[in-house]
Amino acid sequence: MMRTKKSTRTAQYAALAAYLVFLAFPFLWLISTAFKPARELGSLNPTWIPENPTLENFRQAFDEQPLLRAAGNSLVAALSASLIAVVIATPMAYVMARHRNRVSKAATGWVVISQAFPFVLIIIPLFLILKNLHLINSLLGLIMVYVVWSLPFALWMLVGYVRAVPTELEEAAAVDGASKVRTFVSVVAPLLAPGIVATAMFAFITAWNEFFFALVLLKTPEKQTLPVILNRFIGTEGVADLGPLAAAAFLATIPSLVIFAIIQKRITGGMLAGAVKA
Amino acid sequence: MTLATATKRSAKGASARRGTDHGAWFLVLPALIPILILSVGPLLYGIVLAFTDSQSGRTEPTQWIGALNFQDLLHDTLFWDSFRIGLIWAFGVTVPQFFLALGLALLLNQPLRMRWLARALAIIPWAMPEVVVGIMWRLVYHPDAGVLNETMSDLGLGEGTDWLTGTSTALLAVIVVGVWAGMPQTTVALLAGLQNTPRELHEAAAMDGAGAWRRFRTVTWPAIKPIALAITALNFIWNFNSFALVYVLTQGGPGGRTRLPMLFAYEEAFRYGQFGYAAAMGCVMVAVISVILAFYLVGRLKGADES
Repeated sequence: MMRTKKSTRTAQYAALAAYLVFLAFPFLWLISTAFKPARELGSLNPTWIPENPTLENFRQAFDEQPLLRAAGNSLVAALSASLIAVVIATPMAYVMARHRNRVSKAATGWVVISQAFPFVLIIIPLFLILKNLHLINSLLGLIMVYVVWSLPFALWMLVGYVRAVPTELEEAAAVDGASKVRTFVSVVAPLLAPGIVATAMFAFITAWNEFFFALVLLKTPEKQTLPVILNRFIGTEGVADLGPLAAAAFLATIPSLVIFAIIQKRITGGMLAGAVKA
Repeated sequence: MTLATATKRSAKGASARRGTDHGAWFLVLPALIPILILSVGPLLYGIVLAFTDSQSGRTEPTQWIGALNFQDLLHDTLFWDSFRIGLIWAFGVTVPQFFLALGLALLLNQPLRMRWLARALAIIPWAMPEVVVGIMWRLVYHPDAGVLNETMSDLGLGEGTDWLTGTSTALLAVIVVGVWAGMPQTTVALLAGLQNTPRELHEAAAMDGAGAWRRFRTVTWPAIKPIALAITALNFIWNFNSFALVYVLTQGGPGGRTRLPMLFAYEEAFRYGQFGYAAAMGCVMVAVISVILAFYLVGRLKGADES
């Protein structure tokens, strides 16, 4: 182990502290605002710690905006999209990882290219297509879009996980006369389970957080998801409305934070496994 | 012996290949069909739309108008203003994002206490909905109830600045948010690269009396360079195409000072209903990004060959 000079260490701790402040302070301010009564929000000298913390903002947020229904819509969209995405992505990832044929190459190319296209170029034709199918302002339409747009990342991750599975087991299954599909379902898929769960959870967060597609495709408040409803909240804000806005925003973040905390290690590992080997 | 294994292997390969076709198609189709209908199809359709006069809610049939949209676009100064802002935003976010993330990754790679806290905090911007990030920073920047103005006035640095609606501060203010929001991914990617750097090389270089900067240049940087290149290229694309953050923060205001190309095209398409024209904007954005990235990657790769 190399020795590091004491002055260097001190500088390092100072820099780390600066990073911690930069990363944390906006979030702390959000929480602080969420628990402040209206009177304190209007005060000229806002404080970090609410003097009279209150839950009033949360009650008011639920009264003023259809947060529960929006959260329900978000939950339905994100849950369905993430489940469908991993169910259809896993077999494809298996083929992409194990067979170097034209379809695999084209799929890998698509994964890369789909990252570079501005959504505006996709959303206009998607809007027209979904309109013809009468799927505008419908959660079903949104779910279809979310499934396809979580596929690049899901495929990327899953291909990495498949590559980590040794091929011997599949070869043994093939010797026993198992078909490709059978081998995949009963030999490979069970080994991938942890990776599949992590990928599904990531797809869930992506859909739960998504704003642009939902903004364009959902027209009425009854159908809109949480981020769109939160956005409607903005703009009308007098100082007194900041509290409920912060409270709602804080609540909307909790599911993503919790899930992300669970899967963080696995995701970052998988992301790079895919990157190094692709 | 070699011959025997070779024949065995090729025989196995052939049978595997025959077995693949049906089975593999069966495994691929459930994902392939949605991709073709909802991604590849729309991409091509979008490019075709750019050459038509497609509009929303019009009764006459859409017509083929050749490159007219692109000609109009060439003279659309508002669009080019927006494009310039988009480039300032994309570089302004990507470059500091990279250096700040590199600094943080180098720190987290040291045996410091509190590392776990930094890692935990780094999750927050990554996991948060972009709309919430926008709302959160609106609270920070709020002219009256915001913590930034409060801190500034406590430090005697002036007061009452309206960060997001002032014409001179708005773009800088949203860039800071962009840097904050994108730092975690970059940090995590770089950190993983650092952890793959062979420790022995570092120690050998230190033994030879190489200072910290020299060790970074000769040992660390070559090891993380591929990841650094990939993540900066991706960040640039993502930043140039970003929408939600700035939409929530400023809606493109004040007076278009933060109107990124995505916001411009969105308004063109869904406020004014000019589908064809907006699609043309999308095409121009793709083209310009591709050119910039091609130069960047070719330049970097050449640099790698020479050194």
